[in-house]
Amino acid sequence: MDNVHVLIVDDSSVMRKIVERSLRQAGVNIAQVLEAGNGAEALGVVQRAKVDLILCDINMPVMDGLEFVKQLPGIENARAVPVVMITTEGSENHVVQALSSGARGYIRKPFTPDQVKEHVLPLLAGTR
Amino acid sequence: MNSIDRNPTASQNRQSWIPLLELAAGEVFERMLGSQLTSAPDSFAEDALDVTSMVGLAGQICGVLTVRCSANSAVLMASKMLGVEVSEAAQELWDAVGEVCNMIAGNFKNKIAGMGNGCMLSVPTVITGADYSMHALADSAKIETRLLFEGLPLIVSIEVHS
Repeated sequence: MDNVHVLIVDDSSVMRKIVERSLRQAGVNIAQVLEAGNGAEALGVVQRAKVDLILCDINMPVMDGLEFVKQLPGIENARAVPVVMITTEGSENHVVQALSSGARGYIRKPFTPDQVKEHVLPLLAGTR
Repeated sequence: MNSIDRNPTASQNRQSWIPLLELAAGEVFERMLGSQLTSAPDSFAEDALDVTSMVGLAGQICGVLTVRCSANSAVLMASKMLGVEVSEAAQELWDAVGEVCNMIAGNFKNKIAGMGNGCMLSVPTVITGADYSMHALADSAKIETRLLFEGLPLIVSIEVHS
């Protein structure tokens, strides 16, 4: 998929930049990077902007990533947008919670660009 | 930084966690910064370690994980994480060192059997200055490891309340 509109949700601006760089290293052709510092901000972004892919942290103030993923289907134009969680919370419980909440992938921090590639490219190619 | 160890027996039991703490820290620096941590000399001047990042752990195990380093080291971390020159990274040093601490805490707890599922992390807090004391309010055991990041000293420690 070319010209991807990506939303990166993380309360750390450093981590948002790292995720963007990892996507570019993975070969994702990015048209636009949108950013949000928490789940509530991210819901606002998807209501007003075109988004093809969301990468989202879990532990964030105001609204965490799990709650964001649960509320995302309530937004009509964002219902089918794939969400990949990128988080330090790597326990089995968190993975199960995230995937059952609607996330399509799960990447544990610290991560390598190859891990981002492995999880994101199949989603963009529509194979998952 | 000073801390009071009120439970030396528990502290001795936690010594087995040191290799896991070193592994957790090493993986974060290798994957996210492209740097290899090395062992530090037995003693080094701690006066210059004036940036401290802390992440709380709560659940089956309660405590706090801290990363202490110099401001120069923190800027270098930001530079390497973002892939930019040191001169461009200064404004991100707080966020960078906080995120490093957060990732070490998460990576560490996921390496302790049974701790991953039953332990939550707080968002990181970063403070500056070296002239402070930390007093645990409950019995606690502290372990720490002293490392070098690009030749600069770094202390990673975890204080766990029993």
